[in-house]
Amino acid sequence: MRTSCCTNETETDRAAAAPKSPQPAIAKKLGGDSIFRYLTTFFAFSILAILALMLYEMAGESLPAIREFGWKFVSSKDWDAVQGSFGALPYLYGSVVSSVLALLLATPLSIGAALFITEIAPGRLGSVVAPLVELLAAIPSVIYGLWGVLVMAPWLQSTVQPFLIEHFGFIPLFEGAPYGVSMLAAIFILMIMVVPIITSITREVLLAVPQSQKEAAIALGATRWETIKIAILPYGKSGILGAAILGLGRAIGETMAVTMVIGNAPNISLSLLSPAYTMPSVIANEFAETTSKLHASALMEIGLILMVVTLIVNAMARLLIWSVSGRAKGGAA
Amino acid sequence: MMQSVTYRKMKNHLMSGLMLACTLAVLVPLGLIFFHILKMGVSSLSLDFFTHVPAPTGEPGGGMANGMVGSAIMIAGASLIGLPVGILGAIYLSEFGGSKVSTLIRFAADVLSGTPSIITGMVAYTLLVVPMKGFSGLAGSVALAMIMIPIVLRTTEEQLKMVPGSLREASLALGVPFWRTSLKVTLRSALSGVLTGVLLAVARIAGETAPLLFTALGNQFWSKNVMQPMAALPLQIFSFAIAPYEDWHRLAWGGALVLVTVMFALSLTARYFGRTRQAG
Repeated sequence: MRTSCCTNETETDRAAAAPKSPQPAIAKKLGGDSIFRYLTTFFAFSILAILALMLYEMAGESLPAIREFGWKFVSSKDWDAVQGSFGALPYLYGSVVSSVLALLLATPLSIGAALFITEIAPGRLGSVVAPLVELLAAIPSVIYGLWGVLVMAPWLQSTVQPFLIEHFGFIPLFEGAPYGVSMLAAIFILMIMVVPIITSITREVLLAVPQSQKEAAIALGATRWETIKIAILPYGKSGILGAAILGLGRAIGETMAVTMVIGNAPNISLSLLSPAYTMPSVIANEFAETTSKLHASALMEIGLILMVVTLIVNAMARLLIWSVSGRAKGGAA
Repeated sequence: MMQSVTYRKMKNHLMSGLMLACTLAVLVPLGLIFFHILKMGVSSLSLDFFTHVPAPTGEPGGGMANGMVGSAIMIAGASLIGLPVGILGAIYLSEFGGSKVSTLIRFAADVLSGTPSIITGMVAYTLLVVPMKGFSGLAGSVALAMIMIPIVLRTTEEQLKMVPGSLREASLALGVPFWRTSLKVTLRSALSGVLTGVLLAVARIAGETAPLLFTALGNQFWSKNVMQPMAALPLQIFSFAIAPYEDWHRLAWGGALVLVTVMFALSLTARYFGRTRQAG
């Protein structure tokens, strides 16, 4: 027996006992083991160090901008690198509008698709569509952006936007000229991008609904839709909400695809047809060529806001998803 | 519920149809994206595409060879940094963990993988590009590694936890030291699952663009020195797609086809390993 932690214990017992192992006499003999322990501990803790370092750097670098502008930073729409005055409101507005509207379009579609895959599709079909959706979630955003700017935006400009202007132009949402690259294009591309994510998580949540729930509804004579309505959806409700919020987190942080199709103009306009700007886009466009320390610091502060917002959104989503699928997995992790 | 049976059946069919429509609405745009990548991509691929650097503005021809090489170098660098951290960190979590600290580390990993990748680029910029006074492939590798670590950590930990405790005990009972047991027995039995996670992580960082914008920066010429600005395939796709030149658009489509093909090959290989493990 070489280590103090290798008796006939169960895995969890050993895991709990291992960090202590107090016999120094034995520890001398097992040089390899203690080195291994320290090495793995070091690497595991480096994750914490990376996160701390990220927060520290982002906060430290944005201090000059925070000191200079205070709350005006998020309420002013005056962004002028030459004059040295920075207000991030147009970017905040663009991020919120594009991601929330994309989510409103994507969520019902995703829930419908996930229900179709898990509950309605004949076995084989569902098992073809599900991995396909997962593969699609892995396509890099720059590819969505390429398609968006070279195929979708010209199509929007030549067909969809003139149609909207002609028939719905009296609504402020659809007034203006057809530019192609616009808030509308960003909303569409974000919707296409988050749908696979929400669908695949919703599918996992639906698969975690106990069979007995469905059987109880079927035994009462419910049709398939009634089973979904009274047994499946109520059980998976919080998990599905979590999936949608996770999609929101992804949409807020999405950089490349949005930068390529949104038009990059710091407008605050009610019209979905006019170009706009988002927080990640302005960072992507300006950070490599900042004109002053204050400019860099202002972009850092936008990054800090972005990081904190996605942190909160993701934490909420994970808690909600765990509350459903965690039960099935026995609360793993 | 006092509704007639026909009404309920009709509603059932209606809702089923609606769900089918949702599925189609999800798949159609994605099908279109593939169609365009294939149609535009295949026609722009040629031998030149894989052997030449991009032609100067406005001139026809040229390729993205420097971007592919640059991406490969930076991915290799990121794996060199990220894999040891991720895998050894995961061994800590599954073999020594279980305490509050482990929960904290898992949470930190989840937070990191949820952070927008452009933030990673900004941090790598302040940590490396500013002190080294210049954009470099090395900074790009570090930014990619920061994205890779949490993914590898979590997937490896899941796989290690699935290895039965009896296997470890058998090895330890034979007098094998704990560290050799962890590496040669526990990690090796989970190897195909760990490999799946690693391949998925590589596929993920292969397509990352945002973290490279302020680190590797991109380069129009051959760049094999990791201390210099370096070209990358996703960066080239980005800058060519938004440029107003037809020839560059063609190159961008070709690059997209190559990138998607590589990523799907990686995902399918990963799935294959994942499957053989579950079957075994």
